[in-house]
Amino acid sequence: MKLRAVLAGVAFAFYGLAFAAPENLSPEQTERYHSLLEELRCLVCQNQNIAESNASLAQDLKRQVADMLVAGRSDDEIKSYLQARYGDFVLYRPPFKPTTWLLWLTPFVVLIATLLIAVWMLRKRRPEPTSPDSVDREALQRLLDKE
Amino acid sequence: MSRWVLIAPILVVGALIAVFAVGLRLDPSRVPSPLIDQPAPAFELPSLRAPGELLSERQFEGQVSIVNVWASWCVPCRLEHPLWMDWAETSDVPLYGLNYKDAPGDALAWLARHGDPYQAIASDRAGDVGIDWGVYGVPETFVIDATGRIRYKHIGPLDPTSMEETFRPIVQRLLQEPTA
Repeated sequence: MKLRAVLAGVAFAFYGLAFAAPENLSPEQTERYHSLLEELRCLVCQNQNIAESNASLAQDLKRQVADMLVAGRSDDEIKSYLQARYGDFVLYRPPFKPTTWLLWLTPFVVLIATLLIAVWMLRKRRPEPTSPDSVDREALQRLLDKE
Repeated sequence: MSRWVLIAPILVVGALIAVFAVGLRLDPSRVPSPLIDQPAPAFELPSLRAPGELLSERQFEGQVSIVNVWASWCVPCRLEHPLWMDWAETSDVPLYGLNYKDAPGDALAWLARHGDPYQAIASDRAGDVGIDWGVYGVPETFVIDATGRIRYKHIGPLDPTSMEETFRPIVQRLLQEPTA
């Protein structure tokens, strides 16, 4: 039990360490630092952002982001710095351009197509309304007489 | 209506098979580099063998060259190393090394043990030049044309097949290009 508590404490300390911002950032820069790191994908462990990743490259990129914040660069400048080196892939929200049209638009195309198919199928399934008024009684009688 | 109900699932499954047939063959760890066709990023780094000397991207001007990013801690680098030893012996195209995030002592010991195929080696201890070059998985190999532009990047170790079928033909093609 004690061991478990110690392990939890150690894990928590490392967790804090992984997310701690460098101390030379102002509170406003620290906030931007964290939001930037969440938006940047780690290229080594691709399903993690740079904030979560402990890969050595992610550590280096964190340091570069912090340095650029201290140097007074804007969020857009920092993002385009990384984009120029690692491509749109580094951004979790890539820009909307011909090579990413498929990525951005497919969900909406699928949604619209599904809705259209659903509407079409529901319409087909509904039986045609029959109104007794439209029955031609004379024609019906003639048919019955034939029997 | 009933005909469509039968055909639609077959079409949907067929489309999914097509998507997966292509998608599962792509390797998501190979991220296309935005640096292709761009001038090689500028750098100034000490030479690994002669730390007093500085190496820069100007080294690559006027001829097709290869830049191999490697490190002594990089296990797959050992896999492709015999190919580079062979390259140094058989090709006139110069091979440069970028020693990435490595201690110079370790790097030199590694070369002493496995052989040194490099014309010159730049020592990037901090990994900052690696970031400028968009390096994220060592080994990585860049092919630079005679005008100093990056024309091809291979991520991960080369094997004899990728060397003969892809890498060497690309270098050969660049050698044929007139130098502008």
